[in-house]
Amino acid sequence: MEGVLHQIISGIATGSIYASISLALVMIFLATHQINFAQGEMAMFSTYVALTLIQAGVPYWGAFVLTLVFSFIAGMVLQRTLLEPLARAPVLASVGAFLGLLLIFNNIAGWIFTYTLQPFPTPFGAGAPILGGMLSRHELGSTAVTLVVLTAVWAFFRFTKLGLALRGAAYNPVSSRLVGIPVARMLSLGWGLAAAIGAIAGMMVAPIVFLDPNMMAGVLLYAFAGALLGGITSPLGAVVGGVLMGVIENIAGAYIVGTELKLTTALVIIVVVLVFKPSGLFGKTLANRV
Amino acid sequence: MVDPVASTPIQGGPILEAKGLHAAYGQVRVLHGIDFVVNTGGVTALLGANGAGKTTTLRAICGMVRSTGDLMYDGKRINNMATEAIAAMRVGHVPDGRGTFMELSVEENLRLGGYTRKDSIEPDLERMFAYFPKLKDRFRQQAGTLSGGEQQMLAIARALMIRPRLLLLDEPSFGLAPLIVREIFEIMKQIIATERTSILLVEQNASLALSVADMAYLLETGKIVMSGPAAEIRQDESVRRAYLGY
Repeated sequence: MEGVLHQIISGIATGSIYASISLALVMIFLATHQINFAQGEMAMFSTYVALTLIQAGVPYWGAFVLTLVFSFIAGMVLQRTLLEPLARAPVLASVGAFLGLLLIFNNIAGWIFTYTLQPFPTPFGAGAPILGGMLSRHELGSTAVTLVVLTAVWAFFRFTKLGLALRGAAYNPVSSRLVGIPVARMLSLGWGLAAAIGAIAGMMVAPIVFLDPNMMAGVLLYAFAGALLGGITSPLGAVVGGVLMGVIENIAGAYIVGTELKLTTALVIIVVVLVFKPSGLFGKTLANRV
Repeated sequence: MVDPVASTPIQGGPILEAKGLHAAYGQVRVLHGIDFVVNTGGVTALLGANGAGKTTTLRAICGMVRSTGDLMYDGKRINNMATEAIAAMRVGHVPDGRGTFMELSVEENLRLGGYTRKDSIEPDLERMFAYFPKLKDRFRQQAGTLSGGEQQMLAIARALMIRPRLLLLDEPSFGLAPLIVREIFEIMKQIIATERTSILLVEQNASLALSVADMAYLLETGKIVMSGPAAEIRQDESVRRAYLGY
């Protein structure tokens, strides 16, 4: 019994990291109806930026903030330069572009930083596990950070004028422009935010899995499955789905399919959700009145 | 200056003037050089059948369709400016299909309407509730669950939140039961009397539109075929046969 509890608690810890990436995916999907397959690789690249800063002597939290700023700006620039022209492109063209972006980030990271696994520091100290040995300090710290970030993002969208404008622009771009919202700028802002959220996830997961250019491949899959499970149209669903995926991954890895096959649970969940409940747990079925 | 209705507020010069306005969707030309005027504080009706180019005219004004010729708003040429920039010049738009933010609450719809405002919008919310008490009852409700008539009220209230100097209304009667249409037009008369906003009203329902307008233009396949004071247009034999049905 204690074993199961342990798996669940540490599943919530990794799941909260997946939840961040799920949320980033859903934010972009709501605004553009596109899935940014490069979301994970962008996060990985941001994490390398953080590592470079830390190795250059910048203190951890300084590097953390600088990385967020860098990711935010890079996300906006990426949207402006590469993705705006794709806004009206057919689905396959944009899927191709996102996959291309994934490969480009992966290869550039490998080229600059090599493919060797690198340890990434944790700001939460190495000390003994807590909660009766169930949770490492880093797991607890990263869960706390992710929760703070997710709450802040939620509050921003829920309570600020800019957050409301971002939601409006995502849901109904035409009406938004008619009330004076610069929709193009909102899209860039959304991309910046998603990139920054992803960067946090990258920096939080790196101490657990070690940093290498392929670090986010698995994370992106779990996050994507989490976003679908929660409902690709629901930010709350994305967070819940992401956390659930962390728990499912752990339980399946420990008791059902074993660690070698646990990534396949993500794929199974993707298929099952798409076949039986494409709108996910919290999502809305996209229907048009005709 | 035409002033056919005694209750009409005193009108100034034109706030919007179209001269030789052309508009097209790609190769398909819809407007073939039309002229019309909306006077400050006045209500101009743009009448015509389906496909005459009424909605296109509104889209040209708010920069959603490319246009040539002159569109002068408040003395400034606004052809092909960005839609959000035109909105920021306090042009309110009640679009066809109502443009509801379905996923958001009634409150959030109204707040988005006031996006360009720098001052407090709380008093305006109260003002909208005075016009549309139904919206107050549904303040926290998701806008997508509102009835068609309520969504039309929401669209008008949303456009008024911008404190428009020019209000564009695209077929506010569309798809609504006659009783609801009458209710909405009663409220609109109230708004016209108190807000003194200049209005360009596009309608298929000519008698309805002529009951609130002081100027009217008749659009047929992208050309203005008749114009004049609303009272005169209403008396015109051919308009009566073709558009008023009596």
